[in-house]
Amino acid sequence: MPKRTDIQKILVIGSGPIVIGQAAEFDYAGTQACQALKEEGYEVILINSNPATIMTDETTADRVYIEPLTKDFVSRIIRQERPDGLLATLGGQTGLNLAVELAEDGILDEYGVQVLGTSLKAIREAEDREEFRALMNRLNEPVPESDIIHSLEEAEAFVERIGYPVIVRPAYTLGGTGGGLVYNEKDLREIVPNGLSASPVHQCLIEKSIAGFKEVEYEVMRDGNDQAIVVCNMENVDPVGIHTGDSIVVAPSQTLSDREYQLLRNSSLKIIRALGIEGGCNVQCALDPYSEDYYIIEVNPRVSRSSALASKATGYPIAKLSAKIAAGYHLDECINPITKTTYASFEPALDYIVTKIPRWPFDKFDSANRTLGTQMKATGEVMAVGRTFPESLLKAVRSTETDLTHLQHPKGNGFPKEELEVRLQKADDERILYVSEAFRDGFTLEEIHQLTQIDRYFLYHIEKIINFEKEISQSGLTEELAYKAKRSGFSNETLAGLTSLSLKETEERLHTYGIKPVYKMVDTCAAEFASETPYYYGTFEQEQESLITSKPSILVLGSGPIRIGQGIEFDYATVHTVKAIQEAGYEAIIINNNPETVSTDFEISDKLYFEPLTIEDVMNVIEHEKPIGVIVQFGGQTALNLAEDLAERGVNLLGTSLENMDAAEDRDKFEQKLMELDIPQPLGKTATSVDEAVNIALNIGFPVLVRPSYVLGGRAMEIVYNESDLLRYMARAVKVNEKHPVLIDRYLTGKEIEVDAISDGETVVIPGIMEHIERAGVHSGDSIAVYPTQNVEADLKERIIDYTIRLAKGFNIKGLMNIQFVIHNSEVYVLEVNPRSSRTVPFLSKITEVNMANLATKAIIGKSLKEQGFTTGCLPEPELVSVKVPVFSFAKLRSVDITLGPEMKSTGEVMGRDITLEKALYKGLVASGMKIPTHGSVLFTLADKDKEEAMELARRFHRIGFHLLATEGTAARIREENIPVTVISKIGGDSPDMLDVIKQGKAQFIVNTLTKGKQPARDGFRIRREAVEHGTVCLTSMDTAEALVKVLELFTFSAEAMGQSGKRVKEVLV
Amino acid sequence: MKRQLILENGQTFVGEAIGSDTERAGEVVFNTGMTGYQEILSDPSYCGQIVTLTYPLIGNYGINRDDFESIKPAIHGLIVREAAEYPSHFRSQFSLHEWLKKEDIPGLEGIDTRKLTRMIREHGTLKGRLCSMDANVHEVAEELKETPLPVDQVSRVSTKNQYINPGVKERIVLVDYGVKKGIVKDLVSEGYEVVVVPYSWDADNILALQPDGIVLSNGPGNPADVPEAVETVKNLLGRAPLFGICLGHQLLALASGALTVKMPFGHRGSNHPVKDLRTGQISITSQNHGYTVDPDSIDGTPLDITHINVNDKSIEGVKHQHYPAFSVQYHPEASPGPEDAKGLFNEFKTYVKNSQKASGRKTYA
Repeated sequence: MPKRTDIQKILVIGSGPIVIGQAAEFDYAGTQACQALKEEGYEVILINSNPATIMTDETTADRVYIEPLTKDFVSRIIRQERPDGLLATLGGQTGLNLAVELAEDGILDEYGVQVLGTSLKAIREAEDREEFRALMNRLNEPVPESDIIHSLEEAEAFVERIGYPVIVRPAYTLGGTGGGLVYNEKDLREIVPNGLSASPVHQCLIEKSIAGFKEVEYEVMRDGNDQAIVVCNMENVDPVGIHTGDSIVVAPSQTLSDREYQLLRNSSLKIIRALGIEGGCNVQCALDPYSEDYYIIEVNPRVSRSSALASKATGYPIAKLSAKIAAGYHLDECINPITKTTYASFEPALDYIVTKIPRWPFDKFDSANRTLGTQMKATGEVMAVGRTFPESLLKAVRSTETDLTHLQHPKGNGFPKEELEVRLQKADDERILYVSEAFRDGFTLEEIHQLTQIDRYFLYHIEKIINFEKEISQSGLTEELAYKAKRSGFSNETLAGLTSLSLKETEERLHTYGIKPVYKMVDTCAAEFASETPYYYGTFEQEQESLITSKPSILVLGSGPIRIGQGIEFDYATVHTVKAIQEAGYEAIIINNNPETVSTDFEISDKLYFEPLTIEDVMNVIEHEKPIGVIVQFGGQTALNLAEDLAERGVNLLGTSLENMDAAEDRDKFEQKLMELDIPQPLGKTATSVDEAVNIALNIGFPVLVRPSYVLGGRAMEIVYNESDLLRYMARAVKVNEKHPVLIDRYLTGKEIEVDAISDGETVVIPGIMEHIERAGVHSGDSIAVYPTQNVEADLKERIIDYTIRLAKGFNIKGLMNIQFVIHNSEVYVLEVNPRSSRTVPFLSKITEVNMANLATKAIIGKSLKEQGFTTGCLPEPELVSVKVPVFSFAKLRSVDITLGPEMKSTGEVMGRDITLEKALYKGLVASGMKIPTHGSVLFTLADKDKEEAMELARRFHRIGFHLLATEGTAARIREENIPVTVISKIGGDSPDMLDVIKQGKAQFIVNTLTKGKQPARDGFRIRREAVEHGTVCLTSMDTAEALVKVLELFTFSAEAMGQSGKRVKEVLV
Repeated sequence: MKRQLILENGQTFVGEAIGSDTERAGEVVFNTGMTGYQEILSDPSYCGQIVTLTYPLIGNYGINRDDFESIKPAIHGLIVREAAEYPSHFRSQFSLHEWLKKEDIPGLEGIDTRKLTRMIREHGTLKGRLCSMDANVHEVAEELKETPLPVDQVSRVSTKNQYINPGVKERIVLVDYGVKKGIVKDLVSEGYEVVVVPYSWDADNILALQPDGIVLSNGPGNPADVPEAVETVKNLLGRAPLFGICLGHQLLALASGALTVKMPFGHRGSNHPVKDLRTGQISITSQNHGYTVDPDSIDGTPLDITHINVNDKSIEGVKHQHYPAFSVQYHPEASPGPEDAKGLFNEFKTYVKNSQKASGRKTYA
């Protein structure tokens, strides 16, 4: 059937902010879907709260609404836009849940909005455990014994019948939030109540554990004509028991016979036909390694992280075709966009193997529980392509950007046997490294298999890698061994480490042998048909398929896996750079390794190299492509970290010079430069030893801000108030030496200001100045940013603009720069200068309508800002107020302290925009997932230093009708202000204590600044975690709390007489 | 030990020897299936061919007792990127290397199989020889060029004697041109009594068995090489319901007056989309053929085209206008590959039932 003509206008729902379990894959899916629908001539309306996406670019849809993804806001847009159709299966679980809510509310029927693609009935049938199980029974498809439970008692009854271990999975949640594997009664009592409260319908599935089975996923598609295909199947290296998002995964499956492959294929297709899926769908199966028994684990009736991975692994664009199917097309009517000569109704054939490794945030959260289970913890992932399993595995390992270049634990060798056994058995993020160490320490394959349940096929290859290391160490780098090693994925650095050669000598040796990679095409068909897809991966084979054109090219380095501190914002900038390069008439080449993103969509660039972002892999591409230059400033710290090595190898870096980048990053050079430019900065110095650090701190005076140099997202950064804390920090958080200095700065309290600017060396354009709600000390990525500034005097603003221009010129910035200032006692100080694209670029680009990455790229490659129509200075500010609100994933990360500080913790962001700051904040906070009840109770637990400041806050909460709860000390102080307050006992005191109050949902908000520190055992920590587990809003910064009160006050005056509220607003603004 | 593949165009691929040490020549073809190497290795339709598998990692789940498509493999050689030394599967009994050695089949691993595949795609299938390193490339290439492709593959792989697979329902005669076990299995699982007869049996012999239906099996090579089989099919038309699979399909076409032509590199794999023109439905099919029915030769024959390939629009199925006879170019029995087309056996069943009704014959179980 050709496309539907009964619909003209389609509303697409995005997935909102990046959180654990829902990352950049939905930007990729949503962007593809919107474009596919636009291509078909539909009017596309998009709603998504996340500004840091390509999806929310004005050009992606006909109209883009960056508004909260709640029923209220979407309903409003439906009323305004009157769409004919709604596409909900491309916005992850968020989009799906929202569509269900809208339908149940009757809005869709009321306005005649049809759900396109997979029907809501099918969605419900797949998502609702009970309905799903009933369907599986009807189809005769096996599911593990299980029960739907609504209480702990029901869970206990089930266990009595089935026995341990069991798995608890809450209904309707992302990434398995709140669930887990349960081995005993104690765990059951903890996990079941958590799971129930995590589920919006207060319902969990409890099922017999089939841990140890092979976990196999099928990515399937079906059209309205009942035609169904498998795009790709994938096998988890980690068997059932670890969330697939936290598992190392290969595609296609490696250890399934054809019989097993077809068995599961048949089931998958049978299921999506029975459900009536129209579009992409994911079916997860568990297969017994010792029989052909299998179980269906679950079905995701939408595009997902796995479908993004499958799309990149095969080249088959699932989201795009899902959109076409939703528009009425059948698979055999759609051209396969890779081959352009065949159709979408076929199943891709791979002639390579893909390995995906998740990227976890544990480098940021040293206290986090790293054990992996049914609740996903990874923030992102990397993919690598190779012709053998070791090659793709080792390429993936060095793509993770965890300083790994090989299967080698960073702590070295020689772990005690007992420790290894524990680590192998209880999987955490480093298990693959412990597997390697176990082989090095003489464990047998069988022993490791027994401990890990990882299939022997994968273990055998890891063992081979380890044995091969020994061979190389013994025989040296002969031509034969070198070729074999490169074909097995060994990095040059690893080879150098195994032999007595330096890295340079190793490179030379390989050069002499003539060993270099060729680039093969990802073409969906294993070379059966000619394709022109510019999508390549490197491998050590004979035939080179990537042909060089005569057009001059520019290489852009991507930003790698999504992680805290380096999110989707950098992929956004990368994509815009690529477009700008193309617009300027060059060929744009990109290297990246993140399968979730838009930048790794092969339709974005002229050539995509899916390769690790290491100097070796990047140089190989450069040597092949010979681009006229490389742009590093849009790929975050990943790309920037390669700049020095690239320059050393004679590569032409486009944009700000290495010398100037270094001057911005190197503390001493930076200080020197700022003195030259006569711009003040907080006192500070670089220490290369603990003693030196203490001396510096004593000299400049506490509190001080300490951090290692060259870090991302404020990693290991801390505010330290006294000498003993400093010593503790130096011992715990950093390795200080000549090569790794530690920066120590005076910590100035005050308003933090963030500026992004574009410069070509002559003209400096400042699109906007942003003000942070939270005072300096909270990482800028975790602060609410406001644009335009609301509370900065004109003269200070002038000074900020002046400093920015001076800094841009002083550092001879070519391209983007980001500066953070603090206003302390009416003086402006520079905190840091980042000579690169920043987190705020998409936010600012969208609200100022200045495509900063595009502008900057063109400025870099030769079109001056003047020629582009700009003059030096700050652009005029708009009427509307916009806020960028951070979003955290604390619910997914047990034992992580949620206190805001200099170290970044958020995973994503949302935007709120309206006519006043309060309205914008309301939208931002709601969009970030905060529930904002307009009445109820506020629980205060404050550190002594904050009590004074908090009284105004307490008064304002009281005045708008909130009941105040507080601990003894805080309550006494509140009472002094003549504000009524209820005393709540400390943890472990008379019942109900603070934890009880939170557990029982008696506090709607918590303001907690108690015992800030890194000791999770403390009460403050327990309160904050309890709040997270129960979804209660917990504010750890007085500034965020104040912003919230502002929003609440907005509601109250709408309920009161005009005269009254007018007075109040004045008071508030004072 | 190193070994080389020498092609008729003078190109060579040097890799490691696996399997038997014998030297063997054959037409070099590629298969794009990602699973099912054991079925491919033992599929008689590959008789005389050297198969390169485009999926690079082969032998991962070993070779087991059950998944053979014939007792004696007829393939001349196997080329892979990597042959698993350490198979991992509960059914595995041999590694690929061990089994190839046991069956005296030479193999080659470690070469750029994608380059070879692209070469075949560009130039069409090439004759090649798996040789030791001291072979003279020029001489071997010349010899390959001069040697015509064999014409006797069907006689090599067809059964020498008839045999019966007892069943309780209708009697089906399965003419064996190199039948895969999968076809027998699917017919037997229907409950039919399946009488397998040699390809050389004429129509009278076959009809003497009083079949309720006849299946023309798959088989190797060019259908034009077995004119006697075409003659037989001609004489069978209208005498009992006919169902042709792969080579059987080509024989039905030839018997109905159509022609077959050699394809540049054929269809071999598990992902070929086929459209049923009667329903508009797509099936993903398992295929293995180097010849195809010429679409230009259909006009004027009593054949209707029922199925086409979605990608290259080649003929994938025909139906006789007057007689209960139909055929498909692909493998409804799968093994290996997707089982989307199993419904064709039901279609055949309908033919068999209808024909019984018409003739008033009954089966007594």
